[in-house]
Amino acid sequence: MKAVASDVLVVGGGIVGSSAAFFLRQRGRSVTLLERGLVGQQASGVNFGNIRRQGRPLEHLALSNRASATWRRMNELVGEDVEHIAEGHIRVCYRDRPEILDDFVSYAREARIRGLDLEVVSGTALRQRFPFFGPEVLGGSYSPLDGHANPRLAAPALARAARRNGATVVENCEILHVEKNGDDFCVTSSDGRTFRAPALLVTAGAWSSRFATQFGEPVPLTSHGPTMCVTEPVPYSIHCAVGVVSPVKEEDLYFRQIPRGNIIIGGGLRNPSYPDVCRAYVMPRNTLNQFRQIRRLAPELKRLHIIRVWTGVEGYLPDSQPIIGPSRTTSGLYYAFGFSGAGFQIGPGAGDVMAELIATGQTTTPIDVFDINRSAISTTS
Amino acid sequence: MVGPRVIVVGAGPAGTRCAETLVAAGIRPTLIDENRRDGGQIYRRQPDNFKRSYATLYGTEATRAESQHRSFDALREHIDYLPDTLVWNISERRVFVLHESRLSELPFDALVLCTGATDRLMPIKGWNFAGTYSLGGAQVALKAQACSIGRQVVFIGTGPLLYLVAAQYLKAGASVAAVLDTSPWSLRLAALPKLLALPRALVNGVALTLALRRAGVPMYSGVEPLEISGTGEGGVDGLSFKDANGEIRSVACDAVAMGYHLRPETQLADLARCEFHFDTATRQWLPRIDPQGRSSVSCVYLAGDGARILGANAAEVSGLLAATALLQDFKQPVDEDMLGEQRRVLSRLERFAQGLRQSFPWPAHLAACLPDEAVVCRCEAVTAGDLRHIVARTGAVEANRVKAFGRVGMGRCQGRYCANAAAEIVAHAANVPLEQVGRLRGQAPVKPLPMGAEADAP
Repeated sequence: MKAVASDVLVVGGGIVGSSAAFFLRQRGRSVTLLERGLVGQQASGVNFGNIRRQGRPLEHLALSNRASATWRRMNELVGEDVEHIAEGHIRVCYRDRPEILDDFVSYAREARIRGLDLEVVSGTALRQRFPFFGPEVLGGSYSPLDGHANPRLAAPALARAARRNGATVVENCEILHVEKNGDDFCVTSSDGRTFRAPALLVTAGAWSSRFATQFGEPVPLTSHGPTMCVTEPVPYSIHCAVGVVSPVKEEDLYFRQIPRGNIIIGGGLRNPSYPDVCRAYVMPRNTLNQFRQIRRLAPELKRLHIIRVWTGVEGYLPDSQPIIGPSRTTSGLYYAFGFSGAGFQIGPGAGDVMAELIATGQTTTPIDVFDINRSAISTTS
Repeated sequence: MVGPRVIVVGAGPAGTRCAETLVAAGIRPTLIDENRRDGGQIYRRQPDNFKRSYATLYGTEATRAESQHRSFDALREHIDYLPDTLVWNISERRVFVLHESRLSELPFDALVLCTGATDRLMPIKGWNFAGTYSLGGAQVALKAQACSIGRQVVFIGTGPLLYLVAAQYLKAGASVAAVLDTSPWSLRLAALPKLLALPRALVNGVALTLALRRAGVPMYSGVEPLEISGTGEGGVDGLSFKDANGEIRSVACDAVAMGYHLRPETQLADLARCEFHFDTATRQWLPRIDPQGRSSVSCVYLAGDGARILGANAAEVSGLLAATALLQDFKQPVDEDMLGEQRRVLSRLERFAQGLRQSFPWPAHLAACLPDEAVVCRCEAVTAGDLRHIVARTGAVEANRVKAFGRVGMGRCQGRYCANAAAEIVAHAANVPLEQVGRLRGQAPVKPLPMGAEADAP
């Protein structure tokens, strides 16, 4: 059987791979997107749906801002509604950690220089604007242009738009074998199909390390499952996304309400996940921890029932930062994975910047900080 | 004797017989029941202050109901009974329960799930109007609350419960406006050899039908439901259908009870990570079990209608067989002769259940011709047209994928009411076999869980 040839092969149909395929088509490159299961079915589809820039490392903000611009045009770009609501995002701290409020102030100062306007609120102002917070909440950092979107819809919508614009999207395509022959990468799927291209972009989330390892760049990628639940619908009144900043993992909770009325809650302790079988399971105690935490953060929500819990398989790197950029061993090979539970907002930015890098050889947004050779993830030292 | 820690979930005929068998072998099981009192759905006990006789409450099943309740009362001090307790999740050999706003967890060495069944439903246009109930719901209203779901009630669907509940309503003095069966009479005749496996049950069934006829209740077989009419404010005011001759008829009513035989409640088996298989005879996904009820997960056993729809008598036998399997697996002696005899009894009951399936088939074809505007998922207001549109626009075929894109089965009931029909609509729209649509993954909590509930320290 003749190999399907294109300019770029993208391996992994999450939000990063789907947006890379979309933006590569915008740049006129032929592209084939290979997905083991269905597009957006793993981490990209099960995450909380935060469209959050604030709180990211300052050196990530340039890429995060680029993603933010894409998110604001997302419906127009993909031609359907991905339920993106840019009505603000607030991160708060509790009274027993007042130093975090100081961190909000200094972060806001630095973020402003980098194009992200934040407002630190506390006291009466906080309670008037956000009456749902409990008495333990001290203050927060408010980002007016951030918000949330529907993870179940975004990646599939991007892949459909890419396909309409000429990309080849192949689902249910388990990759058996990858090799580089001369200038081309040749990929063989388990059902015997072959694909080749001079550029290969690995966006396979928690399943990416086998490709990096094969090309002499092993990475310490692990996987965890987020803890998610959703309540029954109640009248739509909380338009912004809400999160807690705390060094204590149990306290790390976030929630958002959708116009349908349901409140989606995420955070706290992570769950074991099993990439080999593409499954993860919510530990019941993690759900119960969320109940305890939500009663501190927004006590009135204790009156609600949850109707469903879920999790998925997310790829984590030791410094919780993704790898985005070219391989350092193999020309034509690129990576964008390991988003460590924070890839949904920045994902379209990563896809966009990789399309730019592959198409032009350079990027207008700095991505050095995400290099695969950075010391924090070195497996040799 | 210190035996294995055994948890039995469900105090209907399967759970009770299972617990009884375990107690006889010297084990003290914990029996967790979502209901306030034992009996399950079929032998549901009335509230303490209600004084209706067994004959009034259970009709032809009075003797069995009484014997079941007596068995349970005798067991009571030999088991740890936790009524009014919801098992909302299972993880790492523990069940997680909710009782009176308190959350706790119970470890087990062996788990027997006797979770019973609920009505299998096929949407009808207008079934979202207030006043539409499942047959089981209509029966609960009568048994537990001694009230009728309406003044003029139409019973529609297929299966033995259709006639049973209609007859119970009639007997209780309610006005039965019509009994409408989607299955044609000819199927019942064709299934007669199998139904004769249990002559008494067959006679009882015929008696119910005759009682309804004698009372002058309009009865039709081989009907095609068309629409439940009504208003948002006033609820149901009528139902129209096409009779076997193709003539369109309508009945005035203020309530509709509907059901198309039963579907097992398999959510807990799913959370226990039991394997499922597609059963072509019933067009449903069922947990895989061996002839004694062992699931694919070691030390997890399934019995009763929660595993396969075989009816209450078979549930008792399967509860006993599951307990026996458990005892064997924990190296306890069992009576092999009794085991052989009970398996023979079960196969006779299976033959009868096959006859019922053949007589009252799931009307898959109705899903295909459901009008676009008919609501399928009532929790999330997803219509048949929405589902067809998702299939056409996105190519989604797999059940969880269609749910992700269109919210079907995403509400409070987690697809209990709509998943079977939604899968049929998707399969038809995508022109694929039903099996290819798969099934919705079970997700905790089994029922909505209050975030205000306090958790006991593990």
